[in-house]
Amino acid sequence: MRRTRAIARKELLHIARDPRSLIMALALPMVMLVMFGYALSLDVDQIPAVIYDQDGTAESRALWDGFRGSRYFTIVRHVDGYAQAESDLERGAALAALVIPRGFGAKLVAGERAPVQLILDGTDSNTASIALSYARGLILAHSGRVQTEWRLRSGAGEVPPPVDAQIRVAYNSELKSKNYIVPGLIAVILMIIAALLTSLAIAREWENGTMEELLSTPVRPAELVLGKLSAYFLLGAVDMVTAVLAGVVIFGVPMRGSTWLLFLSGGVFLFGALCWGLLLSAITRNQLQAYQLGLLSSFLPAFLLSGFVYAVDSMPLLPRAVSAAVPARYFVSLLKGVFLKGVGLEVLAVELGLLAVYALVVFALVTRKLREKIA
Amino acid sequence: MIEVRGLTKKFGAVTAVDGLTLRVERGEVFGLVGPDGAGKTTVMRMLCTLVAPTSGEARVAGFDVTREVDQVKDRIGYMAQRFGLYGDLTVAENMRFYADLFGVEGEAALTEQLLEMTRMAPFRDRYAAQLSGGMKQKLALMCTLLHKPEILFLDEPTNGVDPVSRRDFWVILRRLVDGGLTVFLTTAYLDEAERCGRVGLMHGGRLIRVDTPAGLKQALPEACIEVRCGDPRAARALLRGMDGIASADLTGSALHVFVRPGGPDEEAVRAYLAGRGISDAQARRILPSLEDVFIATIRGEAAVHAG
Repeated sequence: MRRTRAIARKELLHIARDPRSLIMALALPMVMLVMFGYALSLDVDQIPAVIYDQDGTAESRALWDGFRGSRYFTIVRHVDGYAQAESDLERGAALAALVIPRGFGAKLVAGERAPVQLILDGTDSNTASIALSYARGLILAHSGRVQTEWRLRSGAGEVPPPVDAQIRVAYNSELKSKNYIVPGLIAVILMIIAALLTSLAIAREWENGTMEELLSTPVRPAELVLGKLSAYFLLGAVDMVTAVLAGVVIFGVPMRGSTWLLFLSGGVFLFGALCWGLLLSAITRNQLQAYQLGLLSSFLPAFLLSGFVYAVDSMPLLPRAVSAAVPARYFVSLLKGVFLKGVGLEVLAVELGLLAVYALVVFALVTRKLREKIA
Repeated sequence: MIEVRGLTKKFGAVTAVDGLTLRVERGEVFGLVGPDGAGKTTVMRMLCTLVAPTSGEARVAGFDVTREVDQVKDRIGYMAQRFGLYGDLTVAENMRFYADLFGVEGEAALTEQLLEMTRMAPFRDRYAAQLSGGMKQKLALMCTLLHKPEILFLDEPTNGVDPVSRRDFWVILRRLVDGGLTVFLTTAYLDEAERCGRVGLMHGGRLIRVDTPAGLKQALPEACIEVRCGDPRAARALLRGMDGIASADLTGSALHVFVRPGGPDEEAVRAYLAGRGISDAQARRILPSLEDVFIATIRGEAAVHAG
């Protein structure tokens, strides 16, 4: 116990006396959270659109009024010809152009089919298809209204629409992407920070020649690992708390579940991630290598295979199989479950259990690695 | 205190240490001497349980270095060639760290006592990175002494330390030995080896001779003649061609000439050189230094192996 404490205290002194790494450890999570939180928005709204109204009647105005009133579109300007509309699309000033042909109003009044044209910038296919479905919805709603009016005027009486879907989106009712990005981001940030912080911790001892000395003292490998872990755990816990607070306060992500469960699973995940960094450090015995490996092995899987951005269930078989070995995946599930669904251990016990297994296995591996001799 | 039998370490195809057998008694200062790559550090690391022997056995303070690792570690102090001090920790913090690792009781008083003994007390709050080489050495020594080890292992302890600090270091060491400590050290400095009670000469992974420094000198079968002249290089070339001369090597400004038993005496050497154009040569019989013994012994070994 005294030896473990001595290692932890020494490690904290190292951290406190190296302001650069301390700042990195504390500021990096905030920078990443703000950067990704804002930049990684997958929401499509306020799509810039231009209107080319050749008709200029009350009927055509009623159609584009629907676009103006929707939060999904912003009308950039009205144009007088295809050339202008095309140039706006080319320059990226607009992503969509709505063209209402001459005679649109007259045809509606006469009860004929009245076509309109929608031109979309398909460069970003995701945004384009979302814009398309919004536009289709708006036009469909509009034609429904026109139909009803027409029937009323012609005395046919009101006919209710045959099927009326009442949609309720559960857990993230506004379908805001930040609500699922921010919890996932917490996992990615913790994984990176933890693996990077500790990747230097043992390699540094080898490079400074202090490891040889430590090994000649009665300190046991488990004490060495636990001592180092507890120092970095403190730092990681501070990061976790700031990230959660920032998510709730700055990004307004709803926190529906148990805070205790959140921090318990955070602690288990952090323990495993810190052990992973230590393991790399113990294997390479070289700070630069350990750092690079730490960055690669934490960032890429946590980012791509954790379900943070890309849903695990829709991955092809191979990446999905690989993702089963990525601890961040279980932590992302836990975070989303606690934040958005407000579910507890009855649902998340498996994820938490797997995180614990991962942490213990990596801890055992580091300890065994440190039991090895110098040569 | 230390008992080694047939200790061998192979790194792949290379045999770093070859069948070492050795005994060191309590209270001895034992020096392992040899050129770089002779295997000195590997021997020390095996005795400190840091490297596992390939074969053979070693007992330190009565415990086996492969099977009773923890018992050995509790009883030894090991100061590596590049001792692991934490540069961003102060002198006092470094000492406290090692005291905690060894579970030392009453460390505060002990720390003061050590700081006094090494005259390091004024520097206790200085960062280790800002200490001079000699002071770092003293701090490293203090850290290895905190848990009152029975045996101190020092790997080239005064390498890169100025002569004054080296003398200080030996004064401290002498006092510790008087208090009953056993010291096992390696060194490449032969003057340092002369301060040891017994010396083991290592070469090519093998221990080729173990004796007191005086014993080693007397055991040398060859006589040593020191030659001084204006052109020692020319003299060396000439003497290497003379009958009965085992070797002639430059040592500083003088030439040390080893004469085989029954070979020429100093007067004959002088006359030989005078007859070949070196008239200012002075020759006198000297007691060989440990370095001379060392060179002569290695030469003898090489001859045996070649023959």
